[in-house]
Amino acid sequence: MSSIALPKIGTTDRWDGLRPLALAAPLLLLLLFSFGAPIVALLSRAVYEPTIANALPHTIAALRQDSGAGVPGEPVFLALAADLKQAQAAGAVYEFAKALNTRLPGARSQVLRVARIATQDQATGKEAMIKAAPLLGEEQSWAAIRTGTNRFTSFYLLSAFDLRWTERGTIGAVPADQAVFLRVFGRTFLIATIVTLATLALAFPLAFVITNLRPAVAGMVLVLVLLPFWTSILVRTAAWTVILQKFGLLNDLLLWLGLTSDRLELMYSRTGLIIAMTHIQLPFTLLPIYSVMRSVKPSLVRAAQSLGARPFTAFWRVYLPQVMPGVLAGCLLTFILCLGYYITPVLIGGASDQLISNFIANYVNVELNWEMAAALSFVLLASTLGLYVTLTRYLGLDLFKMG
Amino acid sequence: MVSTGQSSSLRSPLAAGARLATGQGDAKFVEFIDVEKSYGNFHAVRRLNLSIGRGEFLTFLGPSGSGKTTTLNMLAGFERPSEGVITLDGKSVDRLPPYERNIGMVFQNYALFPHMSVADNVAFPLSVRKLPRAEIGPRVVRALEMVQLERFKDRKPAQLSGGQQQRVALARALVFQPTLVLMDEPLGALDKKLREHMQIELMQIHQMLGVTIVYVTHDQSEALTMSDRVAIFESGAIDQIGTPDELYNKPATAFVAGFIGENNALDGVVERVVGNQCLVALPTGLKTTAMAIGDIRPGAPVHLTIRPERIGLSGAGADSDNRFQATVDGRIYHGDHQRLLARLASGQILTVKVGPEATMAAGEAIDLCWPISDCRAFPAGAVPDGSSANIGSVS
Repeated sequence: MSSIALPKIGTTDRWDGLRPLALAAPLLLLLLFSFGAPIVALLSRAVYEPTIANALPHTIAALRQDSGAGVPGEPVFLALAADLKQAQAAGAVYEFAKALNTRLPGARSQVLRVARIATQDQATGKEAMIKAAPLLGEEQSWAAIRTGTNRFTSFYLLSAFDLRWTERGTIGAVPADQAVFLRVFGRTFLIATIVTLATLALAFPLAFVITNLRPAVAGMVLVLVLLPFWTSILVRTAAWTVILQKFGLLNDLLLWLGLTSDRLELMYSRTGLIIAMTHIQLPFTLLPIYSVMRSVKPSLVRAAQSLGARPFTAFWRVYLPQVMPGVLAGCLLTFILCLGYYITPVLIGGASDQLISNFIANYVNVELNWEMAAALSFVLLASTLGLYVTLTRYLGLDLFKMG
Repeated sequence: MVSTGQSSSLRSPLAAGARLATGQGDAKFVEFIDVEKSYGNFHAVRRLNLSIGRGEFLTFLGPSGSGKTTTLNMLAGFERPSEGVITLDGKSVDRLPPYERNIGMVFQNYALFPHMSVADNVAFPLSVRKLPRAEIGPRVVRALEMVQLERFKDRKPAQLSGGQQQRVALARALVFQPTLVLMDEPLGALDKKLREHMQIELMQIHQMLGVTIVYVTHDQSEALTMSDRVAIFESGAIDQIGTPDELYNKPATAFVAGFIGENNALDGVVERVVGNQCLVALPTGLKTTAMAIGDIRPGAPVHLTIRPERIGLSGAGADSDNRFQATVDGRIYHGDHQRLLARLASGQILTVKVGPEATMAAGEAIDLCWPISDCRAFPAGAVPDGSSANIGSVS
């Protein structure tokens, strides 16, 4: 009997291990193909850009022969002309021109002109080509082409930090008039910080009050807090555009109360943006704090008081340390979500209030420069993960345990 | 986990100065005067009058919802009486918040601060009193030595067992040398063996430090073991207050008789009253003489109680008028004693405690008897509720 029973138990055990995995498999596969793979594919474009290298096989070979930096000699120009002719025939020249234009502003039209000429087998020499495309006579352009021939590039990631490779092969700042991303990242982090602190200032006392209400009343207040949470973010933002108008509800109210003497410009301003984002983010900060506050045993504060602690001491030394994980979790959640805000800055913020997501969207939808969008996304993702890791590591906060 | 269970394992007291002179006759160290507490229409505590002597170990015993914890919370300052006055050492504490009462408190769930180490927990009451650091350290060590936990001072409460956590809570409640310590079912969460061990330790600490302890429990054996006096709470009022011996042997109400210890309960009707005794007719015509407790009149229904160990087998109580024939329904072995389930002719079943050597089998006929002084008749109506201590109840 037992000799039959034993292997049976073994099989059951093996199946017990596989069954949960099998049940989770559809979700895991879905995540892998619809979430993981696209993210990796998109982010890889920040560092892998083969367009220039694919378009210039002969030029790359010629450049390898040509010693020294600066403007190369005649053979390279001939190879370039041949490559452009081939690219023109294959229809790849527009893509190449656009890619080069990213690194070399103004290169697009000149490259297309040279390609057109090269196709007609005219002016394929160095002198003629420089005449048609003056950029080709500049050292800076060839530095751009040389780095461009490398399929793996740090150009976009450096650009995301307003940096570039200089002609001397060192990393330096881009010209001040082209520097934009550091300011945008700074603005994004600043607004996220302000909104996080504002939600905390509102959510902490509110969560405390709800925790101490009778269950029935607490439930109703919680529904009031959550009601906006169940509404689309677009609808909520649109509602704020109504309220924040120059002749909107808020301005009417402020005037009526006599708090302001003039109508404030709240729409398309940073103040309006912060007000709307604070409202939208409030539940995200509140719920983790509330959940932790509910789990703190009232007897702890009582114990502290019975041991001689005044109410403030009991709050500061016993209550606050207990609810700190919830406070950190709520703030982290709101801060991270604020970093990625898109629709609210578009609808309520002014031109100088656009956050990094707006720039990413612009590169994806308007400029069709996915490499730059990928680089900015990568920086955003990395800083978010960095923040999360820092908080979990050094503050002992575990979001997965928060519930 | 509990390293030693002997009384000698208890080490030095908290401090020589902590020992208070006991038995000074300060019988009114704590006083409740006409104290009431109501929430809307619900009277949690009604017209409570109670004095607690200095150095006394007083236990509030009662079923849940009987008002004992509310009374404790009023003394601690977490609740304010709706009516009446509570005095501590002669002064009213009405306007005193909990943190100014200087009362140590031990909670049922220990209420240790989970983010602090054991030592920080014990140091808490000293540090909020702004004692110098140099003084806090040694006092924390002494308090932890008293509960034999000095080795665990750097651990977090979550790393300790329930019994160890309870000792930390105890050390924390005693380290600031309060003259009064309140304990709200402190041993409720421990297993039986550990609970009995902790009971002994609590008694020793009480004797050693001479503090006044007010202890709340619903466990009657705990109350009887440790207390100088026990106050039995029933629906917001004290039914009886007295030493464990008084409560066990001379319960004043049917509720107390049912709540403390085991009791056989019989219902009957009074035939006549002679002095402090009465003759009670049981259903089916059997009669027994009993002590009349309270307002007993002929013709009135009464509730009789007899403890299982006071019922003798024939011959044991020769003087007794109360002799009955019964049949053995079963015999339950308990090691040091056995219990017989004896069925009277009327069908009522009594539990009888007999020695381990008894051998009677089911179906055997036996004679039961009990002394008049051990059979107590209470006015019916105040029938004990379904407390677990009450056995053999006959409807």
